[in-house]
Amino acid sequence: MRHKLLFLALLAIWAMSNLAFAGEYNLVIVEKTVNLTGRERKATAINGSVPGPVLRWREGEEVIIHVTNRLSEPTSIHWHGIILPANMDGVPGISFNGIAPGETFTYRFTVKQSGTYWYHSHSGHQEQTGMYAPLIIAPTRPEPYRYDRDYVVMFSDWTDEDPHTVFAKLKKQSGYYNFQKRTVFDFFRDVAEKGWAATIADRLAWGEMRMDPTDIADVTGYTYTYLVNGQPPQANWTALFKPGERVRLRFINGSAMTYLDVRIPGLKMTVVQADGQDIQPVTVDEFRIAVAETYDVIVEPKADHAYTLFAETMDRSGYARGTLAPRRGKSADIPAPRPRPLLTMADMGMDHGAMGHGAAKPGQESGAAYAGHGTGGASAMNHGGTDHDAMIDHGAMVHHDHSRAEVPMDHAAMGHGEPGEKQVMMHGPDHHGPGADMVAMMPKGRLSEPGIGLGNTDRRVLVYTDLRNIRPGYDLRPPEREIELHLTGNMQRFMWSFDGKKYSESEPISLRYGERVRFTFVNDTMMNHPLHLHGMWSELDNGAGAYKPRKHVINVKPAERLSFEVTADALGEWAFHCHLMYHMHAGMFRKVVVAETDTSIVGGGSRTAPMEPPMTSEERYQ
Amino acid sequence: MTKTICRWPPLLVLGANSLVSAAPVARAQDNQIFTYVQGEQLEYRAPSDTFSWDIRGWVGGDYHRLWFKTQGDVPANGPVDRGEVQLRYSRMISPFWDLMLGARYDVEPDPSRAYAVAALHGLTPYFYEVDADFFVSEEGDVSARLEVEYQLLLTQRLILEPSFELNFAVQEVKELGIGPGLSDVELGLRLRYEIEREFAPYIGFVWERRVGRTADLARDMGEEVDSPAFVAGMRFWF
Repeated sequence: MRHKLLFLALLAIWAMSNLAFAGEYNLVIVEKTVNLTGRERKATAINGSVPGPVLRWREGEEVIIHVTNRLSEPTSIHWHGIILPANMDGVPGISFNGIAPGETFTYRFTVKQSGTYWYHSHSGHQEQTGMYAPLIIAPTRPEPYRYDRDYVVMFSDWTDEDPHTVFAKLKKQSGYYNFQKRTVFDFFRDVAEKGWAATIADRLAWGEMRMDPTDIADVTGYTYTYLVNGQPPQANWTALFKPGERVRLRFINGSAMTYLDVRIPGLKMTVVQADGQDIQPVTVDEFRIAVAETYDVIVEPKADHAYTLFAETMDRSGYARGTLAPRRGKSADIPAPRPRPLLTMADMGMDHGAMGHGAAKPGQESGAAYAGHGTGGASAMNHGGTDHDAMIDHGAMVHHDHSRAEVPMDHAAMGHGEPGEKQVMMHGPDHHGPGADMVAMMPKGRLSEPGIGLGNTDRRVLVYTDLRNIRPGYDLRPPEREIELHLTGNMQRFMWSFDGKKYSESEPISLRYGERVRFTFVNDTMMNHPLHLHGMWSELDNGAGAYKPRKHVINVKPAERLSFEVTADALGEWAFHCHLMYHMHAGMFRKVVVAETDTSIVGGGSRTAPMEPPMTSEERYQ
Repeated sequence: MTKTICRWPPLLVLGANSLVSAAPVARAQDNQIFTYVQGEQLEYRAPSDTFSWDIRGWVGGDYHRLWFKTQGDVPANGPVDRGEVQLRYSRMISPFWDLMLGARYDVEPDPSRAYAVAALHGLTPYFYEVDADFFVSEEGDVSARLEVEYQLLLTQRLILEPSFELNFAVQEVKELGIGPGLSDVELGLRLRYEIEREFAPYIGFVWERRVGRTADLARDMGEEVDSPAFVAGMRFWF
């Protein structure tokens, strides 16, 4: 009896301590000298290391993190993908004032999720100079997969240059880092392969638009060294396994600017988590990880030899490399680099094949009709005398007195109730001003495409339509309204924006607390952009219905049109931006305000769906 | 850890700190001001035995810039033959074009002149870089200049740059030896090697020719009408 009581008392104490468990962490931001390329350079380190220390939290715990700034400039830490109060989000100028030199800021919030995430500076260019680290949150209930070993694989891009210099160079000569442009010799090689007519037509088409099909990455292997957990390729970061074991690899792309194509020759990878959220497992040979995304995969190396973990950059100008090995010091062959891909007319929003030609008006029957237009921006379609409105059938859409970017939901008329693949819409008449050097005349759904340079072999590559959440979403209301934003840029000037307006020229995006809203993005540039909304999940509208993947970063391909849905369940001011660091600094950034009173509808537009009370956090994370 | 900060003189750190904290909290960085200087041509010409320069640059953001331009020739053993300086305000008017307004002052040839300048600068389809300038002198004389350049990549670093420049005048300006209509033509072909993007030695050939009434005026003065030259120089920017 006594023993029983004692046992119960102990159990109670254990339970209470568990409930009240609060992890307390101290992070000190310091300048540190590193040598990753043979030259000593200053890095921004967290607790003296690059990447910073792996933080391991538990779902449900309250975390207290003291961040002390020992730099000579302000700093901040943003908990990437974490659902938390707005004042804990760590974006200077939006969530708080930043952490001044010498000061300590204490973050305190309850962890309401589990999975693989990361944290990084949101100040200046510190993210480029080493201030990033993995964040792993253990779930309260068992995960639906099992594994014997667990490794974090964090990618990043390192430059010996001062990031301010990199940015200035891009502003002065945007093609500065591209050493894979097409030359006179490429021209003659193409003539030999494709003939004069096709080669000249191709050069004229790109020339007409003043665009370069080799412009895939703004910053390349010319200056970058690509790291795995802070180690350059020759250092060969190694993870050990015993043959037959199941190894979980938590991939995090902490790069400032670099998309990576990840594969482990000889092994299939089963993707079990995307952006920290469990998904229905998909087995692939390769996946592209956009900047700031995370993917967890499980591999089962059966042979008693080493496997190369190979992450080639999207522009093929370099790679990050590590090894899975049965014993230390073992390594395997490094795959030969693949040729640099080229952008196509589809990346310019001119995929005539995908266009229902029956719907097109006369005057655009020819793919050679690359006509410029009044503002001087590139546009492929001869749209001079074309009535776009009639083509999108705006007549079927009811216009309220909403601001320009808002369109009431009318799925049938809009044609995107479910994201029909390859669906094509004509671009509207707004060409976004001087900040946009092109518009995608016919943006389309590209979620099932693996992306530039991938998918032309029998290698199975992960695509966004593979992602299905393991559980139905927590908010299955249809969205009440749609906010359409265009991703815009001017390559020559290295200007990046939404709707042709840089952050400094823009108004915040207002959301009403509790509303379900659909964001639709049209990429009017020929680059990929990883979009990151802080504070709320972005549920990608990829045809998975109730099983939409919950993401914190959504990549938008060139000339792509895609949508994601958001439940505005987080009061306050949040950042929303392209996670390519120099694009963000150039202006591809917005503030999103979630408020009880709706300030977004000026002029009294009527609601199209009844309001429901916002869900509590308990409901949301069931 | 503390060592890192101690490396800096404490006063400097204090100064930097107060500057930083005085600044508004991490506002948008998307309207930063940059400075650009480009030595487009810095070359020796033979057989005329002269040095030529063409240096330009700007200070500003994405939309508004203050441009500075200077070009001219100086014989190896003599005073400046031709030398002009321009200051222009530039405004981006479309994705590929800037409208510029400003002033030009010609130190040489004698008599020196001041001009008002209106110009269009930008990139045409097929990647021709164009500078179209219109000038009105203090005497009311109207002239124009069209410069066009093209970059042909032989390799990633070896670049052939054909260019031409045309000068027009509306009326005769006898004291400067300029006749109405097309007054002179300059064709250039320069081959550079970009050791760095910012630094490229080059060699080339330049052919200048005065035409029409301008050529007649030059002949009357006993000057050359035709001046082909081999050039060797340095192109740089920062």
